[in-house]
Amino acid sequence: MTEILDINKELVSEPIRKGFGRGLLEAGTINVNVVAACADLTDSTQMSLFKDAFPDRFIEIGVAEQNLVTVGSGLAAAGKIPFVSSYAAFSPGRNWEQIRTTICLNNQPVKIVGSHAGVSVGPDGATHQMLEDIALMRVLPNMVVIAPCDSVEAEKATIAMAKHKQPNYIRLAREATPVITSKNTPFEIGKAQVFVEGNDVTIIATGTMTYQALMSAQELKKHNISAEVVHVATIKPLDENTILKSAKKTGLIITAEEGQIAGGLGGAVSELLGEKLPTPIRRIGMQDRFGESGEMSELFENFGLTSKQITLSAILLKESIGKEK
Amino acid sequence: MNTKYSINDLELIANDIRENIIRMLEHAGSGHSAGPLGLADIFTALYFDILKHDPKNPDWNDRDILLLSNGHCVPVRYAAMAKAGYFPEKELMTLRKFGSRLQGHPERQRLPGLENTSGPLGCGLSQAAGMALAMRMDKITHRWIYVVMGDGEQDEGNVWEATMLCNKYKLSNIIAITDRNNIQIDGNTESVMPLENLKNKWESFGWHVIEVNGNDIEAFIDACAMARAITEKPIMIIAHTIPGKGVDFMEYDYTWHGKPPNHEQEIKALKELRTLAGKIRSEAHD
Repeated sequence: MTEILDINKELVSEPIRKGFGRGLLEAGTINVNVVAACADLTDSTQMSLFKDAFPDRFIEIGVAEQNLVTVGSGLAAAGKIPFVSSYAAFSPGRNWEQIRTTICLNNQPVKIVGSHAGVSVGPDGATHQMLEDIALMRVLPNMVVIAPCDSVEAEKATIAMAKHKQPNYIRLAREATPVITSKNTPFEIGKAQVFVEGNDVTIIATGTMTYQALMSAQELKKHNISAEVVHVATIKPLDENTILKSAKKTGLIITAEEGQIAGGLGGAVSELLGEKLPTPIRRIGMQDRFGESGEMSELFENFGLTSKQITLSAILLKESIGKEK
Repeated sequence: MNTKYSINDLELIANDIRENIIRMLEHAGSGHSAGPLGLADIFTALYFDILKHDPKNPDWNDRDILLLSNGHCVPVRYAAMAKAGYFPEKELMTLRKFGSRLQGHPERQRLPGLENTSGPLGCGLSQAAGMALAMRMDKITHRWIYVVMGDGEQDEGNVWEATMLCNKYKLSNIIAITDRNNIQIDGNTESVMPLENLKNKWESFGWHVIEVNGNDIEAFIDACAMARAITEKPIMIIAHTIPGKGVDFMEYDYTWHGKPPNHEQEIKALKELRTLAGKIRSEAHD
């Protein structure tokens, strides 16, 4: 089991993107070939820390996301490790083909940073609530897809990305999220972490939903259900061994993500289990619909992106399978 | 470094490249004819006079970069590269075949000497900008980046995003070349989506524009020399070319944009090109 903080104690909350900003600054300090480009969102994607420290290694692209990633491809071809950032709704939302052809087909180490992902961007509404980015990036050969659960993990992920030789996509959220990992929590690209051990049901979560999964595991205890929580920070490549091992142990799976379940983490886990270990599964996330304006808490409640929803699904799943047996 | 060729030598090389384009496309059974034939003079000038490059060491650190943005014209690049010694000429006949390094549209990782992957249009200039910015960060000032673009591909918004960026950062080591042959798949560029006044467009985006006859090797070499002398702006050479150049029944006909010759058309085209070669040789002896 991986070492994390006790969620019953008071947790500090911080936007996940803040960790990215610190991580990029550190990666840039370690390696002079780390460079950055942004499409007119330097402060809000937290690239400003890097820009202030290394102005000669920062490129302001303007509101031009297609150019953002193709310039990234050129920078990488010339030996740089470019981090290119915008809101996820625009990058990779708008420039998928450029990412496919000029980055993935060439296996160029361009690091695509999609900030303000999910419904948690709130009042901005459906246009800005990127829900399909995991699906869009997951289908591209060579691409690695990362969704950290908090700012501390985002910092480690960013530093790891700078050392990684392939194209990467990192998904960041805007609103403050409870910090559940610490300096001592290990992070490795491609590794899932068992945050809580249990025997009756496995909750597989990514990004902001991992905190909800941890709370759900506590709620489930009251119902005499022992839940295992697996945090999947790297959705691609998926850590198949960790997931299969847990599925074999508990025999019931719930996935949780702040995005479309089709093609997202829920899709990825279903594909894996369908082929290698058919297991009853329920997917928490956006159910083939768009978001809308509102506060993060209202939207999470409305779209069922809560620990309560995970708990309910786990209870119902356990009951329905119990009846079959 | 390049051996110095006479203009007459270069014209003969361009003619050989055209013959190979015809043979490759017929053998492949698919591919684009008009663009590659029209670009043969420009690619000859680039590979045999203008570019600093080494076919035996394609990754040479001091080489100039040549990006092909309109990837469908890659047969001309393959033919010029083979002629320059990057790989054996007989490999040209593997174009578009399974297992070939010569993919239907160029893939950077497949063949040493290709600098970019292209096909989907409008990306070459952005990639050039990325490379130029990286060179600037590394304080490299002795390398040029040439980007061959189509005219039809300038319908793409991505091109104009890149145009603004190159102007912003004054990327004067970029020399872009538009193959202005006035055709695209659905017809003439001015009826599909008018590009004119193309020169004014680029100038108003902050570029220095040179117009030249892209089928006149000497004029094109001179235009590139002029371009290298401009140090305060990125440079666009609008090279007017004849689509299908060298093969009478293909010239100016947009329907040859995206199809190969069949066997009979191949024989006819090669005969025309051999006659043309004879004319070029006799001019040399005049």
